[in-house]
Amino acid sequence: MWRQLFWRTPCLTSLDSFLKLSMPETIIKHASKTAITLIAFALVFTTLLAYVFNITKAPIEKSEAAARMALFSQIVPSSMHNNDMLKDSINIAPNDLLGNKQTSIANIARIDNAPAAVILEATAHDGYSGDIKLLIAIKYDGKISGVRVLTHKETPGLGDYIDIAKGNWIKLFDGESLTKTSDANWNVKKDNGQFDYMAGATITPRAVVKAVHKALQYFETNKDSLFAEKETS
Amino acid sequence: MSQYTEIVENGLWKQNPGVVQLLGLCPTLAVTTSVVNGASLGLATALVMAAANGAVSPVRKFVPAEIRVPVFILVIAALVTVIDLAIHGFAEPLHKVLGIFIPLIVVNCIVLARVESFAAKNTPAPAMLDGFMMGLGLTFVLSILGGIRELIGKGTLLSGIDLAFGPAFKPWVLTVIPDYHGFLLAILPPGAFLGLACLIAFRNWAGNRATKPVQPSGSLKPTL
Repeated sequence: MWRQLFWRTPCLTSLDSFLKLSMPETIIKHASKTAITLIAFALVFTTLLAYVFNITKAPIEKSEAAARMALFSQIVPSSMHNNDMLKDSINIAPNDLLGNKQTSIANIARIDNAPAAVILEATAHDGYSGDIKLLIAIKYDGKISGVRVLTHKETPGLGDYIDIAKGNWIKLFDGESLTKTSDANWNVKKDNGQFDYMAGATITPRAVVKAVHKALQYFETNKDSLFAEKETS
Repeated sequence: MSQYTEIVENGLWKQNPGVVQLLGLCPTLAVTTSVVNGASLGLATALVMAAANGAVSPVRKFVPAEIRVPVFILVIAALVTVIDLAIHGFAEPLHKVLGIFIPLIVVNCIVLARVESFAAKNTPAPAMLDGFMMGLGLTFVLSILGGIRELIGKGTLLSGIDLAFGPAFKPWVLTVIPDYHGFLLAILPPGAFLGLACLIAFRNWAGNRATKPVQPSGSLKPTL
């Protein structure tokens, strides 16, 4: 009876078949063949990936730079600068107000060497999924010239209306400033603030509003050093 | 030739991945908030499926049964990454629209399912056709579901088509119901479930209707 019971236990059945198979040469031959096949496939496809990555690297960088410049001109119109904003940049050490964990780049817009606006990179960590990277253009007088979402991993079709491609929500920030809107109002309407949002996706706009607010605070406290540094660069 | 006709029929109707096999429900439910979203992801999936089936079929005899799943996943993931990189490098505007969706295709079980059940047993030409037709069948379901949700949720059709195909298509956006305030339920996830349920019910009804006259009206009970 015990034997019968054991016989029906799946793990013993497989052990039994294992023992049958366990003639060393069979197992080694079989395992090595399987392993070599897997390695061969991994090698071939890794090579393919490396090759494609290499040939697409330059076009991707080029199109990203072009896309970046196109993005810059959306938030800093050509009437506000006559310098090359891509080259006119300073490095900003990581800090909490901008939410950046790595050194970020601030691009400066000038008209005849007089500072007109600064484009800050900011990161919101409290989005619905993953970080939301923002570009925030702030004019010399502290007013927002424009905000754009660089990258995000928010739910497609739900939280992604922060992207200008999916909606005009992000334009709510145009012309906002710390003086125009009180600290308490820098919130989505659900949190008694003044910023609209779409029901079903509150976490995303909340994170963006917070990040823009903090970026303005950063600009306010670091305005002098930012502009001093700009003069020397 | 009849084999190919059968593949086409299976992909589009008899074995439709969206409403019969119920595979690939993740994108079906998540991205079908508009026609353009649904159709774009559907077409991208169709391309990946054709490529994956076409890549697996020629090597099917070299892959031992024990490691076929890791090998297939490797092939699918590599192909999707290649397509993603190529689109990013050479078709930046398209990447802006489809960029988030393409990596999602890797985890879509419909791709692995067709590789495993069809490409691993058939020659390359039918395998590629099967992948593409299954993808096309999914595209139809995604587009119709997207259309239903967009129409009920926002009162428009084809919104966002200018992002996918260029600004020239802007006039194609149809505002079917003017001054519509939106019915949020259709856009939210429950709307996806309800819409899909209606589509599956329709498919079953139409399928039953088509087969009924063929069945003998005797004492045989129809099997489920």
